[in-house]
Amino acid sequence: MDNNNTLIQLEDLTKIYQVGETEVKALNGVSYNIHQGDILAIMGPSGSGKSTLMNIIGCLDKPTSGRYLLDGKEVSTYNKNQLAEIRNKKIGFVFQNFNLLARTTTLENTELPLLYSDISSKKTKEYAMKALELVGLQGREMHKTNQISGGEKQRVAIARALVNNPSLILADEPTGNLDTKTGDEIMDVFVDLNKKQGITVILVTHDQEVARIAQKKIFLRDGLIERLNGDRQ
Amino acid sequence: MTLVRTIKISFKALSRNKMRSFLTALGIIIGVGAVIAMISIGEGAKVDIQSRFASMGTNLLFVRPGSQSFRGRHGGGGTYQNLKEADAEAILERCDAVKYISPSVNTRAQVIYQNKNWNTSIYGTGDKYPLIRNWTIDEGEYFTESQVKTAQKVCVLGAEVNKNLFEGGYSVGQIIRIKKIPFRVIGILKTKGEAGGWFNQDDVIAVPYTTAQRRLVGRTDRISSIDVSAVTAERTQEAMDQIKEVLRIQHKIAPGAEDDFNVRNMSDIAESAAESTKILTILLGGIASISLLVGGIGIMNIMLVSVTERIREIGIRMSIGAKERDILLQFLIEAIVLSLMGGFLGIGLGVGGSALISHFSPMTTLVSIGSIVLAFLFAASVGVFFGFYPARKASKLDPIDALRYE
Repeated sequence: MDNNNTLIQLEDLTKIYQVGETEVKALNGVSYNIHQGDILAIMGPSGSGKSTLMNIIGCLDKPTSGRYLLDGKEVSTYNKNQLAEIRNKKIGFVFQNFNLLARTTTLENTELPLLYSDISSKKTKEYAMKALELVGLQGREMHKTNQISGGEKQRVAIARALVNNPSLILADEPTGNLDTKTGDEIMDVFVDLNKKQGITVILVTHDQEVARIAQKKIFLRDGLIERLNGDRQ
Repeated sequence: MTLVRTIKISFKALSRNKMRSFLTALGIIIGVGAVIAMISIGEGAKVDIQSRFASMGTNLLFVRPGSQSFRGRHGGGGTYQNLKEADAEAILERCDAVKYISPSVNTRAQVIYQNKNWNTSIYGTGDKYPLIRNWTIDEGEYFTESQVKTAQKVCVLGAEVNKNLFEGGYSVGQIIRIKKIPFRVIGILKTKGEAGGWFNQDDVIAVPYTTAQRRLVGRTDRISSIDVSAVTAERTQEAMDQIKEVLRIQHKIAPGAEDDFNVRNMSDIAESAAESTKILTILLGGIASISLLVGGIGIMNIMLVSVTERIREIGIRMSIGAKERDILLQFLIEAIVLSLMGGFLGIGLGVGGSALISHFSPMTTLVSIGSIVLAFLFAASVGVFFGFYPARKASKLDPIDALRYE
């Protein structure tokens, strides 16, 4: 496959945390390419480094060494403010515990990323309504987050991740706090978005069921890619 | 993110915690209110004193005998009975900055009308005295120059005396007795109100000074003081200098020797009285400012709690692209909005409070624009100063730690 639609290039990423006197190697040299339109599952037991990898891909953290190219730009050299801007424009997060603002309407939650961009207030509402419609929440815009179910909360979180039209959505155990049926519905939303909008989805999970929707999987152990599954690289 | 959006976000965050926001702002409300009310009391006292002195005449000068000095031993001011009518006439003749003079011979006496009696101040004055002291005649008239020259037994009653002897009725033409000597009432003065509380300008009887000398005091050659009015308030100083020069010649004082008289003007006396209220204003304002400072510390306290409580929210905002500056501004603006709203409400409280004080107590209050601006700016800077540390703390959080915070 050619590299024209490569979205993410990871080259020999390492991450070393200093915990007191000892150094903890969370990533030990990870190299991998993610393509536009992929659904990728990053799997592995706890302590395998999958959270660290997610934080680096999500531009919340920087690697100790190695290169990370997002859309051809070497974001591993960016400073805090530049990273914040990349998170705002290119990345949408979906968390296990939803991470919505309390006592705030679903619309306001969805609008939040646009408030930190330079999009006008009029467009902000329009985009947020569209994103809510995409996740099947039309008509629930004015509900506060404490008035809706867990599945609906996660849909709001996905709408929020979608609203600024990002290159990829990073989902960290998105069904971890949901029952099986609701979890399946949420996974369907991801598949749907991937098919219809061509959005790249990266799932971080240890749940085989969740990983089932992914075309590609990587298994991490001790900060290294242990095996690949379904990848043509 | 634009400033307007940040302000909107701050307002939303504050309105989610209305009660807490109000209690936080309460410190500032009380602080600003107290500063404005206290300063208004001080300013009010100052204006009150000044206007009372002004009602006596700002171009007014007093000439009094100096202290007597006998073999190096000084007596107090006014112990020397050395002013004469000739001195008064010389001042009027030779000082061109002087408009009117009135020699004074003052005493106290018991006055009687029928079965009523009253003890009051007797002012022996010249015929120009009402013009010098801004006295207005309510009924009848003041005595004339010829009545003074011929030492007529006529008198003009102050409003308070008229109230006590005649129950405020029309008394012109009646005969009262001052030290058992009959005087005919020819006029009643219009009321002036109390001057600073230590003497009542209405509790007087004015008689010709010549009559006072001969009938009431018993010394025909001396006068106790001379009241002078300058041509204009601006020429008061000039008049003082001229009077000093004339009196030194009149009293044959050698060059270099001390004056044996004093000349003082009203605005000096008014100013020194107003000066004492300045200390009062500073003291009251200072005490009130402390409550403003305490209010500021309250804001910092709540903002610090608020930052800790909202670490998760800060993490969420950072993960979706809020920059350090955005978070810093959000929390700083929250603090400023709190203190400004407190400031606005505090101005209302201060203005209302000082209105209540002047309504329910004898104190005059004056709310000055300066004190409002000062208190408001102080409140705003309290917000910035005490809001900055918590805001900075919030903006320096690491997004990963903040998201994980339970």
